[in-house]
Amino acid sequence: MSVPHEALDFERPGIFRRIQLRDWAYIALTIAVGVIAFWQYGHMMDRYDTGGLILAVGLSAWMGWFWRPWQAFSIIVGVLALFGIWLYADDLARGSTNFWLNYVGSGQAGVMWMSVFLYLSTVAYVTGLFSRSDFPTRVGGAFAWIGAGAGLMALLVRWREIYLTDPTWGYIPVANLYEVFILLAAMTTLMYLYYESRTGQRTMGAFVMLVIAASVTFLLWYMFSRGAQEIEPLVPALNSWWMKIHVPTNFVGYGGFAIAAMLGVAYLIKHRLERTRPDAAITQRIPSKEALDSVMYKAIAIGFAFFTIATVLGAMWAAEAWGGYWTWDPKETWSLILWLTYAAWLHMRFTKGWRGPVMAWWAIIGLFVTTFTFLGVNMFLSGLHSYGEL
Amino acid sequence: MSNIDQAADAGPSPASRQKAARKPRRSRILVDFMGSMTLAITLLVALAIASVIGTVLVQNEPYTEYLMDYGPFWHEIFAGMGLYQVYSATWFLLVVAFLVISTSFCVYRQTPGLIKDLRRYNTQVKEKSLRSFNASAEADLDQPQDEFLQHAHRVLKAQGFRAREKSTDGQTVIAAMRGRWNRLGYLLTHVGIVVICVGALADGTTLLKINEWLGNLEIETRSVPISEVPRSAWIPDWNPSFRGSVEIPEGASANVVFLPMRDGYFVQELPFRIELEEFRIERFSTGAESSYESDLIIHDPDRDEPLRHTISVNYPLIYNGYAIFQASFADGGTRLDIDAIPLGAEALQELEVPGRVFQEVDIPTPDGDTRTIEFINFQLENVVPLLDEDGVRENRHMGPSFDFRLMDRTGHGLYYRNYQRPALQEGAMYFLSGVRESPADEFHYLFLPADADNSLERFRTYLAMLHNPEVRNEIARQVARDDDTVEGSQNQAIAQTAAELMGLFAQGGYMAVHNEIESRVPAERIEEVRDLMVRILHAGLQGLYMEVLQDEGVVSIQEEEQRFLEDTISAINAISLYQSPFFFHLKDFEHREASGLQIARAPGQSTVYVGSTMLIIGIFLLFYVSYQRLWIMARRREDGEGTHVVLAGTSNRHQVEFEEHFAHLKRWIIDQKPVGNADDSTRESNNKND
Ligand code: HEM
Repeated sequence: MSVPHEALDFERPGIFRRIQLRDWAYIALTIAVGVIAFWQYGHMMDRYDTGGLILAVGLSAWMGWFWRPWQAFSIIVGVLALFGIWLYADDLARGSTNFWLNYVGSGQAGVMWMSVFLYLSTVAYVTGLFSRSDFPTRVGGAFAWIGAGAGLMALLVRWREIYLTDPTWGYIPVANLYEVFILLAAMTTLMYLYYESRTGQRTMGAFVMLVIAASVTFLLWYMFSRGAQEIEPLVPALNSWWMKIHVPTNFVGYGGFAIAAMLGVAYLIKHRLERTRPDAAITQRIPSKEALDSVMYKAIAIGFAFFTIATVLGAMWAAEAWGGYWTWDPKETWSLILWLTYAAWLHMRFTKGWRGPVMAWWAIIGLFVTTFTFLGVNMFLSGLHSYGEL
Repeated sequence: MSNIDQAADAGPSPASRQKAARKPRRSRILVDFMGSMTLAITLLVALAIASVIGTVLVQNEPYTEYLMDYGPFWHEIFAGMGLYQVYSATWFLLVVAFLVISTSFCVYRQTPGLIKDLRRYNTQVKEKSLRSFNASAEADLDQPQDEFLQHAHRVLKAQGFRAREKSTDGQTVIAAMRGRWNRLGYLLTHVGIVVICVGALADGTTLLKINEWLGNLEIETRSVPISEVPRSAWIPDWNPSFRGSVEIPEGASANVVFLPMRDGYFVQELPFRIELEEFRIERFSTGAESSYESDLIIHDPDRDEPLRHTISVNYPLIYNGYAIFQASFADGGTRLDIDAIPLGAEALQELEVPGRVFQEVDIPTPDGDTRTIEFINFQLENVVPLLDEDGVRENRHMGPSFDFRLMDRTGHGLYYRNYQRPALQEGAMYFLSGVRESPADEFHYLFLPADADNSLERFRTYLAMLHNPEVRNEIARQVARDDDTVEGSQNQAIAQTAAELMGLFAQGGYMAVHNEIESRVPAERIEEVRDLMVRILHAGLQGLYMEVLQDEGVVSIQEEEQRFLEDTISAINAISLYQSPFFFHLKDFEHREASGLQIARAPGQSTVYVGSTMLIIGIFLLFYVSYQRLWIMARRREDGEGTHVVLAGTSNRHQVEFEEHFAHLKRWIIDQKPVGNADDSTRESNNKND
């Protein structure tokens, strides 16, 4: 029975040996892109911007290693975005005259493609839930990838469009509700795809994509009824380096909470079906309660961790912009409420070992608190954060 | 802690057993209660609910506003409960204090056990208890014990476990653990929260409240000049933390800030004086503000030379621990040179009104009365975004405007906003004046047509002539004479009617004309008479206009002139609703702005940041480092040469991952097969329960 040790694989090879050739290639590519970006735009960047660029390169390289699909994804998105930017050359007007820009490469076109594919993905996943075959959910996954890619491409191109509209306006497109909704949809989709690829539970998508489709619907409504896609200059308070890290960090939080809530829905349905129709096909198709619970926990954990960082970053920003790191502005206060909601959830799980329907319900209620923090505060309460007004 | 507890229960140490047997002491109960999860959750929920109240009920409004919104009864109750300043209410601070105490107790209670936990490998476990673990496995190997143990250690080491080994009577126990940083994460999160709260408390208003209780301080609720604020509302420089604001006009300076407190304020002294040299608003091409900036000069007796520094939004000045922020801006008392143009017979004799924003000036009206104008605000730039027909964005620059209120002797009056320059509206230029009943309403606009020189001259001439009875009579006679459709005998009557109608119109617009007709004519004939009268009136107004044009030397009337007449008639008709005997025209101004500064001292800030860092690091350790313990028990097989092995493990969370990892460990340690190569024949459950 004795086997030579070398044949057993318990000894994790060193980190450098685990990085494969393709990882090295990807890392080299991201660094090269970073260097080129610096060489092109370095003269416009202060040290914070430079730090941000290094951070972005490091993050992307790490992501590529941590989750390999990110490599191809980020390259394709990057190439498409560059294509759009290249088509514009230096003339914003081409957005409406150039065929490719009009239908593919512009920010607005990207958003439309994102919307279409995320809707299609939702339909495919829901179909997959009711079908015996894995095919529809695989299609759903592919569409979700395309949708998320289109959304990220749209943001990257829009970044350039803002500078083309007026070079003095320049800001990163995470400054208004329209832009952050694109970010939210793309980011949540990617987070979901990560969990799907790690667990292989494809039917989770039938639930998670519903909330993403809902956010796409809001985005479209906002666009068509309010012309939200118009590029406006920043209000002075938002003209800060902090915005670039505060906002995306926040949206990892919101995305995690949204995923957790939808898995909570799946959990409750599964829980009910197991009692009422244990043998039905649909009951079998929904992932096991343990699997749902595990992903729900992970989504809340990552969401909570990032939301904590985002709140602290927000406090630091507030200290610089408003003169106080905590002023009980409604947005701040609701962030605290949201944070407390999930802190309590985590305590119940950690210390009391709670699982089951109560925690699922809690996660669902959490999404309502999240939505209020994100949107409701801007709509119903007045405060310093009022630039995101509807 | 449930799973670790389970491990401890499974193999109880003598110490913990004894503790359980002893009767709890009273202090112990207190510690248990204060550090209990139930209390913690209750407090978290209480804090959440209180926070919700604070956002639903708008905070820190003037008390008069609350009184109007909620009525005297609820206002008393709300004010008494501190709901208007929830976050500094005593009960709220108590909840936070309890939270801090509860968390501290929790840390206090957990830490010794935690340290012991990390030190103690517990090589004393019983075989029976190992078997009862959720994750456990057992096997008989042919391998000699030494060789097995050696192998096991290699696996444990490679997998990041630290291990202790103990042998008694031919039985060896290896106790191992990994992911100890996770336990540190627990400490960091909770200590972090305590640190944050302590830092925040230091920056709160508690010290002021205590001084209020002690009678050292008293809130000032009146808004009076600073020299009249009693000393009891002044806070000398001892106050270590505050956040207040002050508005400084250009060229002026301040050495105090105002700290808002409930329905009033305190005056906080500063050890230096801040002078505002200039305030600027930088704009984008659209006219939207891109930046607010203040050039400050700090005069500090401790400095040889004053410090000059420019602050803007997001870029404050930190001076000796005082942070000075650009918070807002306002008018600083702009000088306004205004012509009051009477809207009547004296329309050509303007009155010069010198004023300043925030000032009140009395003006004699032509009818011998007095009105008071209160200058409320001045706006240098008015940009209105418009979409043209093609949907392309366009910005209209309307130029300067000023806001004022015109009051009669009783103090009643409407609110107005006048623009200095005429604005283009559908192809013609107008002087605009908005009027509204209260600042909450929308403006209704009076459009006074501008003539070819972009001045009000022609309109004023017309208005003055219309108000002059002699001119009216003269014009009326001309009109009647020139009208071919009437017979000579009716001339007189028509002329009289025309003059009368013009008089009525001058006084009260079409409304006055209508009222007059209604009072004189039987109901069934009103329609018919009204049409006739309006025709006569218009003929008169037109005749008057011809006169004006003639005086100006204009001979041929173009569409443009015709339109001017129509606009003039509409404007005169609207004057009766405008409720001001004057049109106030801004001739000139000297802009002076004030910068709103926020000045804060927050010695607790770095403490809060340190606490936040601890919290974040702690959370990541808690979530992403998995704390695992593993026991391996090995003894000689009773039936021969080999080794009997029991393997058991536990983790404090991440059950699913742990079970997977345990399966791997079992394969490496017991089966001694690689995990990667999945020959499933030997795959068995690691969990003997299923
Ligand atoms: C960042 C948020 C927080 C996280 C992630 C967190 C995590 C935890 C964890 C993991 C435990 C269980 C200890 C263990 O199993 O090792 C725990 C216990 C506890 N936490 Fe928190 N906590 C957080 C915030 C708070 C807050 C805000 C309070 C305020 C009251 C609090 C009070 C407590 C109390 C009282 C216990 C019970 C300690 C005991 O059982 O003796 N925690 N927390």
